[in-house]
Amino acid sequence: MMRFFHKLASPKYFYSIAGRIIPWLASACLALILAGLYYGLVVAPPDYQQGDSYRIMFIHVPAAWMSLFIYVVMAGAGAIGLIWRMKLAEVIAISSAPIGASFTFLALVTGSIWGKPMWGTWWVWDARLTSELILLFLYLGVIALYNAVDDKRTAARAVAILALVGVVNIPIIHYSVEWWNTLHQGPTVTKLDKPSIDISMLIPLLLMALAFKLYYAFVVLMRARCEVLRRERNTGWVRELVESQ
Amino acid sequence: MNLNEFLSMGGYAVYVWSSYAIALIVLLVNVVLPARQRRKLLADIGRAARRARRNP
Repeated sequence: MMRFFHKLASPKYFYSIAGRIIPWLASACLALILAGLYYGLVVAPPDYQQGDSYRIMFIHVPAAWMSLFIYVVMAGAGAIGLIWRMKLAEVIAISSAPIGASFTFLALVTGSIWGKPMWGTWWVWDARLTSELILLFLYLGVIALYNAVDDKRTAARAVAILALVGVVNIPIIHYSVEWWNTLHQGPTVTKLDKPSIDISMLIPLLLMALAFKLYYAFVVLMRARCEVLRRERNTGWVRELVESQ
Repeated sequence: MNLNEFLSMGGYAVYVWSSYAIALIVLLVNVVLPARQRRKLLADIGRAARRARRNP
């Protein structure tokens, strides 16, 4: 088992193993998305207060969860890269940033589109929305910083430190609806007692959440493969790979 | 439930369908970009290798 992980950490094996895993993850993700869309748009009944507009939730909530989850993965991988100088962790950290930024953007935009009919406004500067916007800027900062430094190993270290400092924003986003008065509704799924959401709406929500997790998994591997190629372009195995094609 | 009823989303069609459309676009772009990038990288590296072989 340890030998497997050791091997996996070598760029060459990572590249080939990731290439074999990606199609499986992508197919599973597609199946879950289709199931989630069916249960979310067709099977689940309209909400007694919000009518059909609540169906935006099946995109909005999983996207918002992913925006936090990916940030924690990125900062964690960055920390591993800082402490153990593990190249693959650096690659995973930097490959996560654009995907995290995409989900944060998606959470903000769908939230805004949902806010218009429900709150009567596209945007308010309240704690939840503002801290999520700061998360988007943190992701963009990570991407910009990485591209600004030419030596990619130095860049990865700088990015890891920025990502770790930004972790302070994560609990702020999560607890913002409890710490401050806000238009944004409180949590309905992650409460400690029974979730206050009907099972017919919970099923598509969880299907979409799982689909987004798988989506992140296969897209981060796709991006990581590119990053590995870019970093290793002058090594023997990449030349062999290119020539064998 | 008929198709018209489904598409009208109880009067919230604009909001619901625009959310799902934007999500679809964002998810597709994130798959297409790295796929294209990898093909381009492999082509670039191959070209550089052939050039190096011709002018050693």
